[in-house]
Amino acid sequence: MDITGRKLFVRALQEEGVDTIFGYPGGMVTDVMDELYKQQDIRLVLPRHEQALIHEAEGYAKSTGKVGVCLVTSGPGATNTITGLADAHYDNIPLVCFTGQVPLGLIGNDAFQEVDIVGMTRSITKYGVTVRSRRELGKIIKMAFHIARTGKPGPVLVDLPKDIQLMPGDAHYPQSVSIRGYKPNEGVHVGQLKKAYKLIKSAQRPLILAGGGVLLGNAQEELRRLAETMRIPVVTTVMGKGALPSGHPYYIGNSGMHGRYAANIAVSECDVLFSIGTRFNDRITGDLNEFAPKAKIVHIDIDTAAISRNVVVDVPIVADAKLALEKLNEWAEPKNTKRWLEEIRALDKENPLEMRRDKGMTPQMVMEGINAAFDRGIITTDVGQHQMWATQYIELNEHKKFITSGGLGTMGFGFPAAVGAKIANPDQPVVCITGDGGFQMNMQEMATAIAEDAPVIVCLLNNQYLGMVRQMQQLFYGKRYEATCLRRRTTCPPNCKGPNGACPPYLPDFMQFAKAYGAHGIRVERETEIAAALAEAKSYTDAPTVIEFLISSDELVLPMVQGGNPMSKMILK
Amino acid sequence: MKNRWIALYVENDVGVLAKVSGLFSGKSYNLQSLTVGTTEDETVSRMTICVASDDITFEQIKKQLNRMVEVIKVIDLTNVPLHMKEILFAKVLRCTTADKEEVFQIAQVFDVQVADIGKDSVLLECKLTERRNNELIALLRSKFRHIEIVRGGAVAIESISTSCR
Ligand SMILES: Cc1ncc(C[n+]2csc(CCOP(=O)(O)OP(=O)(O)O)c2C)c(N)n1
Ligand SMILES: [Mg+2]
Repeated sequence: MDITGRKLFVRALQEEGVDTIFGYPGGMVTDVMDELYKQQDIRLVLPRHEQALIHEAEGYAKSTGKVGVCLVTSGPGATNTITGLADAHYDNIPLVCFTGQVPLGLIGNDAFQEVDIVGMTRSITKYGVTVRSRRELGKIIKMAFHIARTGKPGPVLVDLPKDIQLMPGDAHYPQSVSIRGYKPNEGVHVGQLKKAYKLIKSAQRPLILAGGGVLLGNAQEELRRLAETMRIPVVTTVMGKGALPSGHPYYIGNSGMHGRYAANIAVSECDVLFSIGTRFNDRITGDLNEFAPKAKIVHIDIDTAAISRNVVVDVPIVADAKLALEKLNEWAEPKNTKRWLEEIRALDKENPLEMRRDKGMTPQMVMEGINAAFDRGIITTDVGQHQMWATQYIELNEHKKFITSGGLGTMGFGFPAAVGAKIANPDQPVVCITGDGGFQMNMQEMATAIAEDAPVIVCLLNNQYLGMVRQMQQLFYGKRYEATCLRRRTTCPPNCKGPNGACPPYLPDFMQFAKAYGAHGIRVERETEIAAALAEAKSYTDAPTVIEFLISSDELVLPMVQGGNPMSKMILK
Repeated sequence: MKNRWIALYVENDVGVLAKVSGLFSGKSYNLQSLTVGTTEDETVSRMTICVASDDITFEQIKKQLNRMVEVIKVIDLTNVPLHMKEILFAKVLRCTTADKEEVFQIAQVFDVQVADIGKDSVLLECKLTERRNNELIALLRSKFRHIEIVRGGAVAIESISTSCR
């Protein structure tokens, strides 16, 4: 018996095991929405903005490993998703985003709320397609889920014209799909892997660089085993943070632009760099000519195109991280790396990541407080200085997940991502570390958090500035604070060089903001109040809590490597 | 930097050409020419792509193409014996009788057809290699001031026997 497209749509989601969908209505999706109304298996979450909708789906997907499902209307609904889709694309988060579209016959007419969303998102999705016949609907939805979650995951966009949703057609939803142009790498080249193993075995100063691919591939355990068996120190990228528990004796820290001193020096000094699940983004390598200059490089990645793109490597291996590490673990034998480990530890003593206690409530102390308050749960961050402090100081173990926007660096990501993660994990504490700038980019999601019963804890580091940019102005632009002070008004002098007693008050008052939504607000001005504030926030399970930490405006993220410089050239003080 | 050739089998679907050409513009690859048409299987199109690049970029281009869902197969034609031809129309305008005479001679030497002729113009239809077409254009330019050129971009297919290049 034939069924309508809208019925098949819901059936497809049910068969894919979708339990939650992040949706925002509009003229071109009212039919599928109406169909969702009639069923109970799938929960529909209504965000307050489509950009946040995508970030919520990202938080959901990253915290569960499942595909995040999104549904928005055509035109502005669709264009509002673009930043989110790009974010998911660069951080390889599996999403299927359905966009409503005007009826097939109107496409091309500049109809009301018609945009070529497939065209607009071509370079920021893994795959995108407009459903042009009712007959293909089932197959395309099946393809979308398959492509989103296999290989290197990513966002897939399916554009659904209104008439397709209404048209009767085949009721069947396919169980599997074969796509002739899409065959993700499933095996691993054992010969290449042997070469890699020989190289590590012969190394005097081997180093593992673990990227986000280790987490995407769920290969943390295998990585730990390899490091432990062969006694190899590990550094991570920002996206790879958590690949090894931060307290692990072989874990040095993050490498890259704001990496730990010992980690960056170790990369510069190692003789074999075993890198896995990273695309050697410029924030990791700095000046390419001086990246790991003494090392032979092994590079394992599931994406062929990530290999030998930025860094020329000696042993390229296309493989899933888990599979490759499992194989290596079969061969792994202990090595003597004692001197090398000691050397690295000495470097770390020389320039450790300090727990600064020199002036009032430092951002480090806030991170320390969060570490002490949570030994399990999910931590999301926004983008800026607070994010870098979090990547430096937040401690992770097997029971903690870290979710951040690495590839695109999307301000406004952290809070909705936390809400999405909390919706997926109601039993886990979810903490969002955010800045006063980025929080304002999506703070309307407080309504979603309340409505969806997602009591997240927002740790807002208020430095009254777009701190990350301010830091650059402070260090490299003669303190010309153009467009970074969030207190600035027309009444301010034109060439302000920093805060003074005459500054206008900060807007908004985040405590009143919390109150307006029925959330809890706690303002923390002194380091002595940190622990109590976090404990209080943990005790609230009825609504989200915003803890506003009033930190100083001139804090810097250090160490720092200026863009384009070699990683060994760190600004330390 | 040198010119390299790729044959690309893709799904014959809406938007695939835009996606492939978008890759070249989006990643600043230097696209020289791109032709596309259907194959013996009407669901499959074949593109002939010429790109100017260094070795590393070329490897990257092939990988990037390969990972597109719509791309079925990437064939590197750079070192493969090929048959490659490009269609070209050259119109010579404001000709004197002597000019026409000369165009006819050129047509003979290059072994191309005179497809049309008017009071003071001649149209040549050429099906040569790209390089030979370049030479023809250069020659016409050097002799005549008023010319109009339309080029189709090269299409290529692998040779059956290596000897007949
Ligand atoms: C959407 C977006 N716009 C602009 C930027 C550039 N940018 C990066 S960090 C930053 C400042 C963030 O300020 P805030 O949220 O207050 O965090 P802080 O650095 O002060 O901790 C800006 C403007 C960005 N990453 N994303
Ligand atoms: Mg700030």
